[in-house]
Amino acid sequence: MTAPVSIENVTKTFGGFTALDNVTLDIRAGEFIVLLGPSGCGKTTLLSILGGFLSPSAGRIVIGGRDMTYVPPAKRPTTTMFQDYALFPHMRLVDNVGFGLRMRGLAKVERNEKALGFLELVGLKASAGKRPHELSGGQRQRVALARALAVDPDVLLLDEPLGALDLKLRRQMQDELKAIQKRVGTTFVHVTHDQEEAMAIADRIVVMNQGRIEDFGPPSEVYMRPRSLFSAGFMGEVNFVPGRIREADGRSAQVETSLGDIALPAANFPAAAPNAGDAITLTIRPEHFRTSDRTDGPLIALGDARVVGSAFFGTHYRCHLEPQGAADRTLVAHLPQSADVGEGEIIPLAVRAADVVALPPASGNA
Amino acid sequence: MTVITLEDVDRRRAWGFVAPALLWIIAFFVAPFVFMAAMSLWKREGREIVRVWSLDNYLRFFSESAFLKGLTNSVEITLTVTVLSVLLAYPLAWIIAERVPRRFQRMALILAILPFWTSYVVRSYSWLLVLSKNGVINQALMGLGVVAEPIEIASTRSATVLGFVHFFVMLLTLTIYSNLIQLSPNYRRAAADLGANAFQTFWHVVLPLTLPGIMTGAFLTFVLCIGDYVTPQILGGNNELVLPQIIMLQLGRRADFPMAAALSIILMLVVTLAYVLCARWLKIERA
Amino acid sequence: MRRLFLSSLSWTYLVGAYAFIFLPVVVLVLFSFQDGRLPVPPFNGFSKQWYEAVFADRKLMAALGNSLLVALASSIVACLLGFLAAYGLARYRLPASALQRGLLIAPMTVSYLIIALGLLAVLNALNVPLSLMTVGIGHVVINLPLCFAIIYASMGDHHINIERAARDLGANDFKVMVLVTAPMLMPSILAAFFLSVTFSWDEFIIAFLLSRFDVTLPVEIWSMLRSGLNPKTNAVGSLVFLVSVALLLILELFLFGRTRKQ
Repeated sequence: MTAPVSIENVTKTFGGFTALDNVTLDIRAGEFIVLLGPSGCGKTTLLSILGGFLSPSAGRIVIGGRDMTYVPPAKRPTTTMFQDYALFPHMRLVDNVGFGLRMRGLAKVERNEKALGFLELVGLKASAGKRPHELSGGQRQRVALARALAVDPDVLLLDEPLGALDLKLRRQMQDELKAIQKRVGTTFVHVTHDQEEAMAIADRIVVMNQGRIEDFGPPSEVYMRPRSLFSAGFMGEVNFVPGRIREADGRSAQVETSLGDIALPAANFPAAAPNAGDAITLTIRPEHFRTSDRTDGPLIALGDARVVGSAFFGTHYRCHLEPQGAADRTLVAHLPQSADVGEGEIIPLAVRAADVVALPPASGNA
Repeated sequence: MTVITLEDVDRRRAWGFVAPALLWIIAFFVAPFVFMAAMSLWKREGREIVRVWSLDNYLRFFSESAFLKGLTNSVEITLTVTVLSVLLAYPLAWIIAERVPRRFQRMALILAILPFWTSYVVRSYSWLLVLSKNGVINQALMGLGVVAEPIEIASTRSATVLGFVHFFVMLLTLTIYSNLIQLSPNYRRAAADLGANAFQTFWHVVLPLTLPGIMTGAFLTFVLCIGDYVTPQILGGNNELVLPQIIMLQLGRRADFPMAAALSIILMLVVTLAYVLCARWLKIERA
Repeated sequence: MRRLFLSSLSWTYLVGAYAFIFLPVVVLVLFSFQDGRLPVPPFNGFSKQWYEAVFADRKLMAALGNSLLVALASSIVACLLGFLAAYGLARYRLPASALQRGLLIAPMTVSYLIIALGLLAVLNALNVPLSLMTVGIGHVVINLPLCFAIIYASMGDHHINIERAARDLGANDFKVMVLVTAPMLMPSILAAFFLSVTFSWDEFIIAFLLSRFDVTLPVEIWSMLRSGLNPKTNAVGSLVFLVSVALLLILELFLFGRTRKQ
């Protein structure tokens, strides 16, 4: 039904290329985990190792307390839902969904009954006699889900299952996927490069880059308190402001930046405790800028900025700002619909202390 | 301790799939070929084959004009056939791909290669009906008063070339057509858009893009043509022997297997040379 | 004006080419009905006598049976071996796989005459008697590369995940092949099979050199040619042509027609 998964120090190399670099991850039973990252980050390799299609160069995979590192796919309590769905083109839907049961020796009547049940779960019972090529992309995706679930896996592995769908359908399928996962209770490990999709469905998100885990936590935490610059940048639009820690004690730190001095509580340093003299990069999400006439908490004033560009996005204005103190850099800010700022206007800029995250500067690759 | 990974297990299983085919090819193609190559270095004495290593057969090949003539006949005929076939087949394939309406193209193509499926021996025989002294052409010519006496067409090099060209025009039309039809029409649109006229488009865009297909077809033509015994034997008769005919002669009347083997190796070398010359255009790839 | 000229030039060429291509076949078939002893003009009138003669010829009928047997048996073996090899090479990463592929298609670049000579030399040396079996072995050698190449070419990478899915759901290698891979590739497997059948059915030089008492149809026709031009040969040739065309039409209508719709 469901099982926890432990990935212990897994490394995978292909020739000289390191696809996974000492990855360790614990997944709880029944969790919906999303592996998020750009293409080539190792997320699909990790999924293939979990599914048994690749074996790691080093490290161990434990599923439900049993070592699965070198167990072939068929003998694992996992099933994989493939990016291209991989439906059997020559079989009817009911035979596609019933295939795994057939391999387990289930009699035809029983098998068909169960397969129809799973087709019903995904809302395609009426099409049971059709063949894959008669279906739309969304429908194929559902059949693939039903087929993978029909063998009652402990862990379902989903390899960019929504990648081939158009945006609207993708958003709709996200909700369905989440609802079905809640109903069946199976552990889902889902791979995607779409951070919105990740936030919509994940219990916890694993942000990966260059074969390593950059960040791991619930969507709100990964977004609000990213543990690396890469993670901050990948989860959404963000402004990077370089600075230096002037002084620090156990509770707070003074950071000097081109926007002025900023005092931050120690809790805003998620990666490492602040040390005086360290270089640091502040990350500020565009929606966290306030024009200082609106007060909803203690604000840090960042001086005035000139609006050099502005576009209306429906929910907000997206503005390019030039801070008066540092005209060589541009900030992106999302201002409320009511802001109604014009190009060339000078506005006072501020941010809540709690919304600024201080991270060590990029070590060459981010 | 060696760790056996999933890939290792897969690999051992994979050998199981490939092995039967490989063993078949090795046992019934590679080994016989190696044996034949060895035999080409032996000698026939009387009706016996003596296993003494020597280059005598090859030296004989280069010293006896009958053998050398066979080689030059073979190469001349094959090159003529290959060039003529490409020149005749390309326009045909082009007309079918460009001028014939889409929905009739497949039919036009099937029609164009239908006689391909007559038995190989019978096809050459059919040309004999057309070309012989009292055959269709001679009777037609005499009926029209063009010639008074039947002319000798069968049992000449021309008859051999004609029979070959007939066969390979069909083969090449098929390969060239499939190359033409795979070209995206956008290449032509882009060329036209940039100011090329129909001929320039063909010369600078269509032809270079179909060249690999042409070369593959031409190479296939070369290989099949130079190794064929049936067509020259039926249509060319015994006037200008080609290598395969000479090989069969060694085998039959003279029972000189080592010489036949040496001639086969020489034939192989000619084909290999042709392959090396057009190797960079030949590719067999998985889709 | 220039367009019209080019267009009429095209059509003239097309008609001329078809005339050239069909000339010998038309003559062959026409004079198979010749009421007389010579299959050359003038045409004396229709007669079925040469077809009757063909069907009454026990040797020809035996050769026909032999040809069918050799063609079917060698094609089944070639397809099976070719499919297995294609599966192994397309789905697994093997060392020296390029060399293996090269070996498997190598016979394609060698004249049938040389393949036959090599086999004949070895069979003679090992004192293996020539028979339909030895002809069949030779035909597998020429058809195996063809079957391998056709089936290998059709094993696209988009099939890999489908087979993985089957394996993931518990199918072993044998079941993946029988229930998933082979049905998916059925059009190309059948195409390879039918092509092999026609090649083997039509093959002369290997059958000629590697058979002794039981011979195949092309070899039997070859020996008929010694009697010169003969309407009976026309009749056999026409029949063979008819069978091949029928096979081709079946292939076109049921196989390629269906796959194109999908």
